[in-house]
Amino acid sequence: MSEYIIKNGHVFDPVQGINGDKKDIAIKDGKIVDKVGSGAKVIDASGKTVMAGAVEIHAHIAGPKVNLGRIYRPEDKLFSCTPTKGMERMGGGASIPTTFKTGYEYAKMGYTTAMEAAMPPMFARHVHEEIRDTPIIDEGAFPVFGNNWFVLEYLKNHEIENTAAYIAWLLRVTKGYAVKVVNPGGTEAWAWGLNCLSVNDPVPYFDITPAEIVKGLLEANEYLGLPHSMHIHPNNLGNPGCYQTTLDTLALAEGMKAKNKFGRESVMHLTHVQFHSYKGTNWGDFESGAKEITDYVNKNKNITIDTGNVTLDETTTMTADGPFEHHLTGLNNLKWANCDVELETAAGVVPYIYSPNISVCAIQWAIGLEIPLMMKDPMRCYITTDHPNAGPFTRYPRVIKWLMSKKARDTQINAFKHKDKVLSQTSIGSLDKELSLYELAQMTRAGPAKCLGLGGICGGLKPGMDADVAVYNFNPDKPVANPDDIETAFSRCAHVFKSGVEVVKNGEIVGTGNKRTLWVNVKVNDNPQVMRDINEKFIKYYSMTQANYEALGHHFVPNPYALEVDATHV
Amino acid sequence: MTKTITDVICPFCGTLCDDIEVLVSDDGKQLLEVNNACVIGSEKFLHSQAKDRVTKPRMRQEDGSWKDVSYDEAADYTAAMLAKAKKPLMYGWSSTNCEAQSVGNEIAEISRACVDNTAAVCHGTTLIAVQDIGLPTCTLGEVKNRADRVIFWGCNPAHAHPRHMSRYSIFPRGFFTGKGQMSRKMVVVDPRVTDTAKMADAHLQVEQGKDYELLNALRVAFRGEWLPDVVAGIPKEKIREAADLMKSGRFVIIFFGMGVTQSLSKNHNIDIAIAVTKDLNEYTKCSIMPMRGHYNVTGSGEVFAWQFGFPYSIDLSRGFARYNPGETSSIDLLARSEIDAMFTIGSDPGAHFPISAVKPIANMPSVCIDPHMTPTSGVSKLHVPVAFNGVETGGNCYRMDNVPIDCRKVVEPPAGMLTDEQFLVMVRDRLKKLKGVA
Repeated sequence: MSEYIIKNGHVFDPVQGINGDKKDIAIKDGKIVDKVGSGAKVIDASGKTVMAGAVEIHAHIAGPKVNLGRIYRPEDKLFSCTPTKGMERMGGGASIPTTFKTGYEYAKMGYTTAMEAAMPPMFARHVHEEIRDTPIIDEGAFPVFGNNWFVLEYLKNHEIENTAAYIAWLLRVTKGYAVKVVNPGGTEAWAWGLNCLSVNDPVPYFDITPAEIVKGLLEANEYLGLPHSMHIHPNNLGNPGCYQTTLDTLALAEGMKAKNKFGRESVMHLTHVQFHSYKGTNWGDFESGAKEITDYVNKNKNITIDTGNVTLDETTTMTADGPFEHHLTGLNNLKWANCDVELETAAGVVPYIYSPNISVCAIQWAIGLEIPLMMKDPMRCYITTDHPNAGPFTRYPRVIKWLMSKKARDTQINAFKHKDKVLSQTSIGSLDKELSLYELAQMTRAGPAKCLGLGGICGGLKPGMDADVAVYNFNPDKPVANPDDIETAFSRCAHVFKSGVEVVKNGEIVGTGNKRTLWVNVKVNDNPQVMRDINEKFIKYYSMTQANYEALGHHFVPNPYALEVDATHV
Repeated sequence: MTKTITDVICPFCGTLCDDIEVLVSDDGKQLLEVNNACVIGSEKFLHSQAKDRVTKPRMRQEDGSWKDVSYDEAADYTAAMLAKAKKPLMYGWSSTNCEAQSVGNEIAEISRACVDNTAAVCHGTTLIAVQDIGLPTCTLGEVKNRADRVIFWGCNPAHAHPRHMSRYSIFPRGFFTGKGQMSRKMVVVDPRVTDTAKMADAHLQVEQGKDYELLNALRVAFRGEWLPDVVAGIPKEKIREAADLMKSGRFVIIFFGMGVTQSLSKNHNIDIAIAVTKDLNEYTKCSIMPMRGHYNVTGSGEVFAWQFGFPYSIDLSRGFARYNPGETSSIDLLARSEIDAMFTIGSDPGAHFPISAVKPIANMPSVCIDPHMTPTSGVSKLHVPVAFNGVETGGNCYRMDNVPIDCRKVVEPPAGMLTDEQFLVMVRDRLKKLKGVA
């Protein structure tokens, strides 16, 4: 494998505490090393910014609902098709790009790892086929557990060990990465057209509350010591006043400590917080609850969050929160797709236009920026757009611009039709903070990698780590003349290396790398009861046999990378 | 000694039953018996054992006779044909696995072909309607566990999807449907008294081609508004009764088939059927599902969508994907003689397209990849027989509810026979050389 040395770049690496120092980064055999031989290829990065490859902690980029979005939105391809070019396959789609385009776009922005945020277990084979066809980036997928009948039945009696054994089994057969929870209980209720809007609403028939589900899954997650914490999209998403439900959910993690060998310190990851930080009682008096939420998270070190920034685009919302999508189609009257999945989950898809002329959308935009600006510890707050829900991931450079430049934010605020309302309902106007490149590296690299339990592998430039490196045409020594330059610089990298292979050069794809599928292999003690329960559910209630359920074989996971967890303790 | 292979997936219809048991000889070369499958499915498995099966590629000669050729020669011809053609059509894909479809898409991209699957003459109209209005749907297990109102509209599962009712929709005892058939009300809407209609609690014998009117009347009836005495041949009392029956369900499911997708009004029928579904979600829970025909037509749409962005009728001739059914759909391309080479795989347009669209195939370079002799292989210049997917090779397929199930190989193909995927890889590699693509 080639050796490289990236010379004289301004390096930002929170893992080693390097803050913009001029430093050479050496790459050999796919890893960062201390030094390389004189034959190494030299990359001149003088006047450029060097960071580890970025890590996407939450995006919907592969699987049934993403593809449903592609199928039912031909209009999303209008003006967004890209032809075959060099080694690039043709692509298309703006908010829901095809798999090839997804891989290329991430790589061109310097992303080398991404997590698919919601995998319906029964559709794991579909998710993995799409992951296989997404080039370059390493990917993992989170199976959803919050409305799973096994989990509901075990946790009704607080059977943590059984829940944990089931999680271990499901992660193995679906090649999943973490425990994802979406609208706990509410999506099961949705199978009858109902919902759970607070943590205490009982789930129909199963007679359990969302609070019990969340608490139980938190405990099971730590019982197993999984690399990632429990990853939750709580109840009551997107409604005015929902911040209270969010606080109630966060409180469930109080006093809990992370137990794992991967260096993760958090026990709960609260995702796309922007959608969960609304105050007010209706869309008229709608206001930001970012302060209440960030105050709580700042105080409680066992919680991590990602932002869910609204990018003011036309996009396609999709979530396993089935009742929410039904609610949304009632609000915007755009086409509604839904798919309920037996015993496990559901999903909905609705297009959405975040218009700068609508006050609610503008306030959502502001909340999304308030959260990272108010967070005191950038290692616990990560930038996402909940792609494609609040905006496509291809807008990350624009979000970075807004976060790094008050001037850019003010320009946008002044462009809003309801500027006064944005200023009165949020505190965005009074926030002067501008993100530094070091903080940016924390929020997009070191932080999410640590939270995912990948801190020793990616997200940093320490010798021994994977050689995922991004070089940006951005000179930190020079003052930024125009905030748009930030967006331009972070849109297309000068160089990107993925596991030591150069994949992007001058913003163009030059290699497809060695894409891996990340999954978590947990060993647990034999649990005959859980195995019997699984067997029984397949015989009686699933529409397919247990023997055909597993995602097995080369065509689903051609290049696996398993994180091994031993949870056979008594 | 023989051995029994369990949990085998049936590669016939969109029901994609995965509980088939197959008895094979000890050496794995002979398939002896098929259990659990319906009569069509059993035949599909047993067909692979036919003694008169074509096992070598055949090239049509000038005098009309066939000459056996090697797979290498067949791949050479196919690659040369695609390399030379300005606008080839690659049609079918519904009876092969997703791995083969994926390789096919690579070939299509290199040769800038038009690609299409059998949805073009089947549920393509459904896809257009879904693009208009969305699709509230569910997996078949949801129907099994919850549905207490089952509506079959313009479809006849008793004959077309024989195990659908016993596995998923009418008879099974699910979690919340412990009494099986007794816990469900079944409504059939069909102009004919089909064997499915004979089983129904209510049969609405709609006038042919008046489905839109009847669906519209149901929407009126849900709202309790005025109705004419008779709509689409059904008295208004009966419509109101049906509407009340649907509204009173806890979980309603509407299955629909070619009776509505390919009759007068086409996609508009589905539009309003989906609107009926959305309406019902204001009162109770309701889902709708197309009864997909081929066992992997759904998968073809999925693979097209994640690789090109559209589910069928895609034109890559400009170097990027375009989608405009009516312009880029197979029958229209053929009828307008817009294409100059025809590549067919895993389907039989010769039997199902109008004759005006079949004739041009005989007059252009053409390849048909199919284990059987079909009307399409009959008009093609080259017939490439391949191993039966789902019998002699595995591979991923998607059920009508989009659930992916990995097919199993149960028996060896005749010596020397290739699978779809293996043959397509040969074509792809040759094509890359011809086109100078890395």
